[in-house]
Amino acid sequence: MQEHQKKIAGLALIGIALAALPFVIGMSFGNAWIRMLDFALLYIMLALGLNIVVGFAGLLDLGYIAFYAVGAYIYALLASPHFGIHWPLWAILPLGAVVAGLFGVLLGAPTLRLRGDYLAIVTLGFGEIIRIFLNNLNAPVNITNGPKGIAGIDPLAKSIDIFGYQLHSLYLVYYLFVALAILIVIVTMRLENSRLGRAWVAIREDEIAAKACGINTRNVKLLAFALGASFGGVAGGLFSGFQQFVSPESFGLFESIMVLCMVVLGGMGNIPGVILGAVVLTVLPELFRHWAGPMQMALFGQTYIDPESMRLLLFGIALILVMRFRPMGLLPSARRKAELVEHA
Amino acid sequence: MSRNGTPLLDIRDLEVHYGGIAAVKGISFTVEAGETVALIGANGAGKTTTLKALARLLPAKGTLRYDGTDLTTLPPHALVQRGFSLVPEGRGVFARMSVTENLQMGAYGRKSERKDAIEQDIERMFELLPRLKEREHQLAGTLSGGEQQMLAIARALMGRPRLLLLDEPSMGLAPLMVQKIFEVIRDVAAQGVAVLLVEQNASLALATASRAYVMESGRITLADTSANLLADPRVQSAYLGEVG
Repeated sequence: MQEHQKKIAGLALIGIALAALPFVIGMSFGNAWIRMLDFALLYIMLALGLNIVVGFAGLLDLGYIAFYAVGAYIYALLASPHFGIHWPLWAILPLGAVVAGLFGVLLGAPTLRLRGDYLAIVTLGFGEIIRIFLNNLNAPVNITNGPKGIAGIDPLAKSIDIFGYQLHSLYLVYYLFVALAILIVIVTMRLENSRLGRAWVAIREDEIAAKACGINTRNVKLLAFALGASFGGVAGGLFSGFQQFVSPESFGLFESIMVLCMVVLGGMGNIPGVILGAVVLTVLPELFRHWAGPMQMALFGQTYIDPESMRLLLFGIALILVMRFRPMGLLPSARRKAELVEHA
Repeated sequence: MSRNGTPLLDIRDLEVHYGGIAAVKGISFTVEAGETVALIGANGAGKTTTLKALARLLPAKGTLRYDGTDLTTLPPHALVQRGFSLVPEGRGVFARMSVTENLQMGAYGRKSERKDAIEQDIERMFELLPRLKEREHQLAGTLSGGEQQMLAIARALMGRPRLLLLDEPSMGLAPLMVQKIFEVIRDVAAQGVAVLLVEQNASLALATASRAYVMESGRITLADTSANLLADPRVQSAYLGEVG
């Protein structure tokens, strides 16, 4: 009972902290940082989706951002002046999840026999195909508006007045994202401890033995692709409504690699690790962008290195350091940790 | 059970090709319910290929009947539910799962059953193999080779098989451990499970099985009772290391 009460108290504290966070940050640093917080939540959803494919099922996917793109464009097409369609969020998000899931199966089906490097190359190609399609589907019939992208997308939320106090839409978006991120965390945790979660681990470990245990490896792999993709689709829809603009260049290979880095750096297969990875890799570069220039000015009186190019440099150094000193990620999963100890 | 009826496993004219190369060139053999049959032969004779084809891990030609059904119509994962379990070559335990989790995976196909039935079976495995009980929470990858082989057999037994296919259970194990593994196989057979044993260690295989087939470069060259094969000078010189 004591234990149970402690757990409830802990959850309540986390709830209060999550509810108060945007106010604390907004008042101390301004709305730009709430925006970044919202982005961190989007990346948490994305990284958790990719974690199902890479972390749980052990299938290396380098084209994951394609599903984000699919979700984003579905929202953009169904809630913008582009076609004059304005569906509500709650109708589009599930649709985006389903369509992205179908694209996941579309990618999964022809790659069932591939593993490791070979799978990575094919998924990389798939990601590029989707992006190039989006870039070129403006002729002969204009569907995606090509490289110009789709603008004027319906916002997720509008600022509202509560008793004369104006609550900025960024706060409402934050609460929406927190709610969906929590939902995705719960679903992922359930999946991890389910029959399906066990089957994914078994396939990751030894596919022949998994078959010999009676696991339908084909369906189980396709489910990993589909579920991971559907999370990406939801996150994509949210991104679209949040930015109110989408264009193909948001969905390049570098984005896929970024999300993969979040999963790997945080701790593949471990939910808290992946969340940490997503937050760290969203927040640190932003902090850096804000401070690198002024700091150089203060120290040397002039800017030697452009903060933007230094950002990538430091990102690379950070990755190398983490892989050198914490090869299983910042917060590794117990199972993955065992793997490294065992091979040590 | 049905020595005069149809055998549990009835294989006719099995052919397996890797690309253009024929690894198994039309072999026929049977396993009766509850019987232990060995498939012996040198490296590269096609024994493992045969087992993989039976377990539907490789495409095969021929008439493959198990318990009255055509094996070629079944996907690999559907076999376990019909009591057909394979212990793959090189053991194939799930290294990063605990011993208990490995056993639970063996019962993966028994989804409709209550949890305590599976728990009971796990306990039964621990009785059969007390070494595994000592290591129940340990990760399978940290077990010794012999313990992993025991675990692989126990995991296959968790599917409650009527036919157990064992691929080289003695491979890479110390002689004492090999003796232990074969004791386990005999225990399993004594409980009425039919066993198809693929082995290079011919003397052990023949001491365990009641009948055996000798395979040579993709063909069955001899088929007889183990006693007769043990006495056969051709088998003695080629597989038992006795100078004739």
